[in-house]
Amino acid sequence: MGVGIEVRGLNAWYGKNQSLNSIDMTVLANHVTAVIGPSGCGKSTFIRCLNRMHETIPEARAEGSVQVGEMDVYGSGSDPVEVRRRIGMVFQKPNPFPTMSIYGNVAAGLKLNGFRNRKQMDELVERSLKLAALWEEVKDDLHKKSGASLSGGQQQRLCIARALAVEPEVLLMDEPASALDPISTSKIEELIFQLKQHYTVVIVTHNMQQAARVAEFTGFFLMGSLIEYDKTEKIFTTPADKRTEDYITGRFG
Amino acid sequence: MSDSVDPMNPTEPLRQLQKPATAIPSMAQVSRERKPAASTVLQKIRASHPRASRIPDAVFAVIILLSAISVFAIVVLVAWELIDKSRMSLHQFGTSFFYGHDWDPVAGSFGAMPFIYGTLVSSFLALLLAVPASVGVAVYITEMCPQRLRAIISFLVELLAAIPSVIYGLWGIFVLAPLLRVYVEPFLARTLGWTGFFSGPMYGLGMLAAGIILAIMVVPVIASITREVMTAVPQNQREAVLALGATRWEMIRMGVLRNARIGIVGGIILGLGRALGETMAVTMVIGNRPEVAKSLFAPGYTMASVIANEFSEATGDLYLSALVEIGLALFLVTLIVNALARLLVWSITGGTARVRA
Amino acid sequence: MPDSVSSSAPQEVSLWRRLTDQGATTFAVLAVILVLVPLLAIFVYLVIKGIGSVNLAFLTQTPKPPGEVGGGMANAIVGTGLILAIASVIGLPLGIGSGIYLAEYGRNRFGDLIRFTADVLNGVPSIVIGIAVYSLIVVRQKHFSAFSGGVALGIMMVPTIARATEEMLLMVPNVIREAAYGLGIPKWRTTLSISLRTASAGVITGCMLAFARVAGETAPLLFTAFGNQFWNLKLNQPTAALSLQVFTYAISPYDDWHKQAWAGALILIVLIVGAVAAVRITTSRGMMKGA
Repeated sequence: MGVGIEVRGLNAWYGKNQSLNSIDMTVLANHVTAVIGPSGCGKSTFIRCLNRMHETIPEARAEGSVQVGEMDVYGSGSDPVEVRRRIGMVFQKPNPFPTMSIYGNVAAGLKLNGFRNRKQMDELVERSLKLAALWEEVKDDLHKKSGASLSGGQQQRLCIARALAVEPEVLLMDEPASALDPISTSKIEELIFQLKQHYTVVIVTHNMQQAARVAEFTGFFLMGSLIEYDKTEKIFTTPADKRTEDYITGRFG
Repeated sequence: MSDSVDPMNPTEPLRQLQKPATAIPSMAQVSRERKPAASTVLQKIRASHPRASRIPDAVFAVIILLSAISVFAIVVLVAWELIDKSRMSLHQFGTSFFYGHDWDPVAGSFGAMPFIYGTLVSSFLALLLAVPASVGVAVYITEMCPQRLRAIISFLVELLAAIPSVIYGLWGIFVLAPLLRVYVEPFLARTLGWTGFFSGPMYGLGMLAAGIILAIMVVPVIASITREVMTAVPQNQREAVLALGATRWEMIRMGVLRNARIGIVGGIILGLGRALGETMAVTMVIGNRPEVAKSLFAPGYTMASVIANEFSEATGDLYLSALVEIGLALFLVTLIVNALARLLVWSITGGTARVRA
Repeated sequence: MPDSVSSSAPQEVSLWRRLTDQGATTFAVLAVILVLVPLLAIFVYLVIKGIGSVNLAFLTQTPKPPGEVGGGMANAIVGTGLILAIASVIGLPLGIGSGIYLAEYGRNRFGDLIRFTADVLNGVPSIVIGIAVYSLIVVRQKHFSAFSGGVALGIMMVPTIARATEEMLLMVPNVIREAAYGLGIPKWRTTLSISLRTASAGVITGCMLAFARVAGETAPLLFTAFGNQFWNLKLNQPTAALSLQVFTYAISPYDDWHKQAWAGALILIVLIVGAVAAVRITTSRGMMKGA
């Protein structure tokens, strides 16, 4: 089951440049929340702060409070490795492991976490691939085909399956369909709709129609600040802030 | 790519030259107006230009072609001389040359097995020591090193490659060998003597010393290739592993080394090629005794060393021919090994990476 | 749904994983230290053992007969210079010429063959080159010579210089060539005065590095230049070389010669590292000029 996310006073920097200014946001469990905004507004930085991926870049740091369920992500006892296991991430460009089979890709996270039981792993791999709507297409080639031999859309679903295999509570998606063709994109969007039953999903997108299609809540970012955050319907029909309105009507970005 | 100029191979310099030289901005404008591809321009010029420049062009092309062919000619000449001058020995001994144990020039018997054994053992011992060290160094520089230290450390490792073989040998005789004789070999004999690899008289000079020196010489080769193929692994692979909840080492292992492993193997094979042909340092510390012995403390002899030591004093055509045959064998083996290595490395880096010899 | 397996995912990063992570870091750091210790040791010993014997006598005198104390390596230093000069005369034109071929004319199968051949030549053990040159030149001339030594080293320079030249020329943007052709400048002139000129810093770097590499070579000189205890400035006589002299002295039984070996080695390494350092300095300065 998914959990809620509570963000308070999140600031982030790349070296000396501040890229996020005191973000406050509450993400509801088992809902899909979209993060939109023009290029460079900090939306990718924001979600990368949620699973502590932001700090893996040299000279980058983040401060503030991020509470995911009962886990205090930036707390003093918090281990980034554990944080990242519990918060899954899917990237813009599908990045399956080319040297591993489909099975190997999905099981990669399990192996890292010390899984040894073959039967349990088989079950989990099957379950993850089913959740990612990829099982039927690859079930006969699990060990034969490499992760990189699939089509773009399949690769991305493989990456989703891989992320889900370690049973995260939250799934972060950084423009997951922007590198895909329209048909694969709609498959992914369908998938996101299914996934929210089990997970909390935060999706970054530059495609406003996509946000409108899949997300119940939407946050609009501009120059590192969260300008407006509300039900998606409201953001797109009667935005409270003029800047939001300017963005969604296409005046900039 | 790399952050420092590698002293043994120029790479960095021309990065900056992506902008046209300041001397000819107007020419670039002219070119833009015309907008033809270079080949059609050439065709046009050749068609319209007075004969006068076609001859110099042709002459130049021929000179350049000759220099290129000369490279080919040199290799062919080298191979030919080796084959030609070893004919006598090849004819006399046939294949028994390579498994004969007896190297006795006085008696006229020439069995090269001790040298083959010595070459193989010293090279593999060198790899055994050098591979973990080189991969460790490469991992450190690429994934763990703080940004400001990177240039210095990689420069220092490359500097190891700049030291001439004879200086390694000098240091080996007067510094390493006594160290081995007094401290290391007794220790190894006490702890691991039962294996049979560390027994017998301890001279300091011998197979162990040769293996260690070779390892030091081969580390920069393997390390630089490993670094190159590791750097070629895209960043998103690293992120994918981290996002699953991996420690840094797990990220390196699964996201980088795993992807780069073919290239790393290529680098190791290239290191092997270097070790097989290494002459001076080995000659100076290996003891130069043509014997096959199990213990690493024992002196040995390699193919390159026997040539270095005995060639100028070889009496008789058969003796010389036998030595040339050893040279021929060395030539062929290093040829195959190097070709294999380059194949592996190019398959990862896409054919343009320089492979440092 | 997930409930049946949710408890199967371990909740914390196990001790084993933490230990292996720490262990890997420690191992990598140790590897770096282990590799740099010999480097440090070699340089330190070269200075300690060599500096005492580098004096005016060493730099200006020829060797004394074996067993006698004193004398120097003046002839070896000069000999090295002579042999390297000959090597350059052979290696530079052939190397640069091949590099030009590979970059400007050789983007085809034949060029691939030449490229491969150059790599093969690069990997041939230097002692094997020595055998070949011995057989090709020394045997025919019936004497050892600086010339044959220079040929052997020159051959070894070619692949390094060719590859460096090719790389640097490939980096010259094609618009520059096209601009020159557009003005009616013939290809030969473009290649030499424009492309090569633009790439000159890198090409010079390549040449100097090839130079530094062969300066320390001993094996190919063993039966070509052969060495000489006396002065020799004639190209067709056996000639002393620094690397050869260091080798001969190091394996000799004489203490004084051992000391001189260290001194010779120190001079050799100073020359080589000096060349490498000069290359880095001039390259970085040259970059600001050429950019």
